[in-house]
Amino acid sequence: MTTETTASETPETPETTSAPAPAASGLIGLPAPLGRALATGGGVLAVVSTFMSWTWTSDFPGDLTVYGYPGGLQVLVLIGGILTTLFGLASYGVKWLSWLTPGSADSALKMAALGTFGTAWYTVVAISVELGGVVNLDPGGFVVAIATLASVIGALALPFERPEPDPVDPDDAGWELFKHNSRQSWNTFRAAFAPRTPAPAAPLPSWAEILVIVAAMAIGLIVFSYGIGTSYDELFIGFLIIAGFGFASLSKAGLVARVSAITAKHRNITMAGAFLAAAAFPFTQSNDQYATIGVYILIFATVALGLNIVVGLAGLLDLGYVAFLGVGAYTAALVSGSPSSPLHVQWPFWASALLGAVVAMIFGVVIGAPTLRLRGDYLAIVTLGFGEIFRITVLNLDGTSGPDVTNGSNGISSIPNLDILGFDFGAPHQILGSTIGRFANYLLLMLVITLIVVIVFRRSSDSRIGRAWVAIREDETAALAMGINGFRVKLIAFALGACLAGLSGSVQAHVTYTVTPEQYQFAYVVPPNSAFLLAAVVLGGMGTISGPLVGASLLYLIPAKLQFLGDYQLFAFGVTLILLMRFRPEGLIPNRRRQLEFHEEAEAPAVLTKAGA
Amino acid sequence: MTTETTVKDAAAGEVVLDARGVTMRFGGLTAVRGVDFTVRSGEIVGLIGPNGAGKTTFFNCLTGLYIPTEGEVRYKGEVLPPKSFKVTAAGIARTFQNIRLFANMTVLENVLVGRHTRTKEGLWSALLRGPGFHKAEAASRARAMELLEFVGLEKKAEHLARNLPYGEQRKLEIARALASEPGLLLLDEPTAGMNPQETRTTEELVFAIRDKGIAVLVIEHDMRFIFNLCDRVAVLVQGEKLIEGDSATVQGDERVIAAYLGEPFENAPGDEEAAEVAAAEAAAQADTTTDAVPGKENDR
Repeated sequence: MTTETTASETPETPETTSAPAPAASGLIGLPAPLGRALATGGGVLAVVSTFMSWTWTSDFPGDLTVYGYPGGLQVLVLIGGILTTLFGLASYGVKWLSWLTPGSADSALKMAALGTFGTAWYTVVAISVELGGVVNLDPGGFVVAIATLASVIGALALPFERPEPDPVDPDDAGWELFKHNSRQSWNTFRAAFAPRTPAPAAPLPSWAEILVIVAAMAIGLIVFSYGIGTSYDELFIGFLIIAGFGFASLSKAGLVARVSAITAKHRNITMAGAFLAAAAFPFTQSNDQYATIGVYILIFATVALGLNIVVGLAGLLDLGYVAFLGVGAYTAALVSGSPSSPLHVQWPFWASALLGAVVAMIFGVVIGAPTLRLRGDYLAIVTLGFGEIFRITVLNLDGTSGPDVTNGSNGISSIPNLDILGFDFGAPHQILGSTIGRFANYLLLMLVITLIVVIVFRRSSDSRIGRAWVAIREDETAALAMGINGFRVKLIAFALGACLAGLSGSVQAHVTYTVTPEQYQFAYVVPPNSAFLLAAVVLGGMGTISGPLVGASLLYLIPAKLQFLGDYQLFAFGVTLILLMRFRPEGLIPNRRRQLEFHEEAEAPAVLTKAGA
Repeated sequence: MTTETTVKDAAAGEVVLDARGVTMRFGGLTAVRGVDFTVRSGEIVGLIGPNGAGKTTFFNCLTGLYIPTEGEVRYKGEVLPPKSFKVTAAGIARTFQNIRLFANMTVLENVLVGRHTRTKEGLWSALLRGPGFHKAEAASRARAMELLEFVGLEKKAEHLARNLPYGEQRKLEIARALASEPGLLLLDEPTAGMNPQETRTTEELVFAIRDKGIAVLVIEHDMRFIFNLCDRVAVLVQGEKLIEGDSATVQGDERVIAAYLGEPFENAPGDEEAAEVAAAEAAAQADTTTDAVPGKENDR
């Protein structure tokens, strides 16, 4: 093995340039067998250490003082350690673990080791800082620190294929040379984690595939509810570290790609499973705390999915989408029988939901008809304006500056709870032995709405009209030349999106008790608002169903959980978004269309980023 | 107007496209001036002219992108509607000079988009998914696969259009245009950037399209391609139709040669000058041959 020092520090590495097939070496100059042993051993030791005491006092949250029983952050390190160990063993070529790593075991090992290291060291540092010194660490704390450090060093010493270095332009000097060198080191660094294209999967019997789907969904659900349930900030940060790196390592291992291929094969089962799991969620809860978060996430996600028709499929950048949610919510509130509504009528839910959807659709057509003749940025600006016009109009319909319809900034308050066929949504019910509270009731109702939107999205996207949307998005001139009435088709997308948002709004009004104009701004601290909705679509993946759902959940949870950062909350949020867009510009769940890989095409799916689906 | 029609008049069938006195002005500039032009069914007609002659402007008048300032364009007796999607629905399909496929859609989906005007299923039908929807969808797919077989792309139906090689992208564009079941197909420089072999395949493809009973109008720079292919060629120079006739007539016409190569000197050039000109031409030839490749690559 060559004993070159870290490549990032010495970019000129003449040894690697001269050798055509460079002796594959790691980022850290250790012999590969030693590195592998260190990485795997470190993982094992980290697992062991989580059963030891890390600190002497239970002042640090999560009680890390107990021997023989991991708690709090230790559990996260334990999971990371297990992952590291498994990938380490798989990288040795252990037979019964080879299914774990259809992709690259080494890259997966590196990611897992990094994640474990990050979580463990975060914990150790947090203990030292919060309790005032390293003396507060018990032996377990030292063991885990050393073990994970060794594991990371070992993992980084694993060899990888170095990229061909670009020849240096002899005229370059100073800044140019620096740029060249840093680009070179960055490429080398990236190559260290590059996944291999997974080998083609051995076909599984379909019952096994369904089991895989169920297992993947169960894992997803556990991780998700663990994330929601993290009770203190340290645990949430640790969770973010391990979840991020854990997902990265699974995806480097090729498992993510394999599972998504299987779910794509059984789309209906996956969908049904996901909805059953979501519907079962309230029954596993003893109180309404998480159901509250759940119903807000669902509203946000459903609206984001509706926006995905407009933005993801038809490619119309709509920056005022939340106005349609507002139209639906206000319409439903006006006919809800609320004492502050000027109309003293109480319509049944089906009628108010239908009315909310229809009125929102009419607004969509009215706003869309003049604006959809514009293209691109102009459309974005005009929709942004119309979104604000809605808010300001509602603000002014207060009886002084205009007719009294909406109560101005006070909004329509004390909206009564829904009552469908005698089922009172405001009261807790005993179903199947568990108590279903108010928010859980609405969660179940919202789930039905989400299901409707999902079905509408799926069916419309896979049809003549859906193809016309995508064609318009791809090349409007060519689409017109193919006989597509561009304006009409775009108006349908706009109206359909508005209609779905109005439908969600009619439920949202009842969930929140009150509708005020402030809820429907372009940017606001709490989702849903137009900026967050768009971010959820782009972050999750344009043109997909699960993308906006995942994106909305993350965008709801991350700011809520980052509240302890105080003034830096939005800053941290922005940094997170920038990082995500930098490393996964196609969104967390890219469209399958972009993932279609063809025989000899070397283009990785990640390269096909722009302009969606 | 020049009315030298040496065409075998009665040979072809009914008039498909009939442009009468088409004039297109942009402000003070007259890009096309009083052009009369007809295409009959079962005909392949070429439209040539030096750069800036108004070919593309005239073409856009035929496809509804521009509305002629004067004159009118009739398709099978009906005046063309002023919107390009309505023109396609009426039965005129086109391809683009610089390929404009839907790059992120599959090959099959591209052709299915071409079927848009010939199918009726709207949003409700897509949402409710009645038996009519499935039947129409299946029929569309069958027809699209048929067209892909016709151009020889049936094996690549599930590939993304962006991943096709250049020549196949051209073929796909033709298949997509054919999917709208046109009576007249307008090809805008179909062989731009193609090597001789690909050009020959395209030639055969155009003949096959003609044999399906679809009239074809081709704009092209490649003279050999045009004169091999077309029953009739019209020459457009400075917005006016100079001559129209079969290949031999057009090739032999002095004015065409003048328009392309320039007027001969008034006094016969002396020996020295002739030699100079020959040398310059040779140099220019060398230039164009080397330049041609990168120039055409820009089209992609």
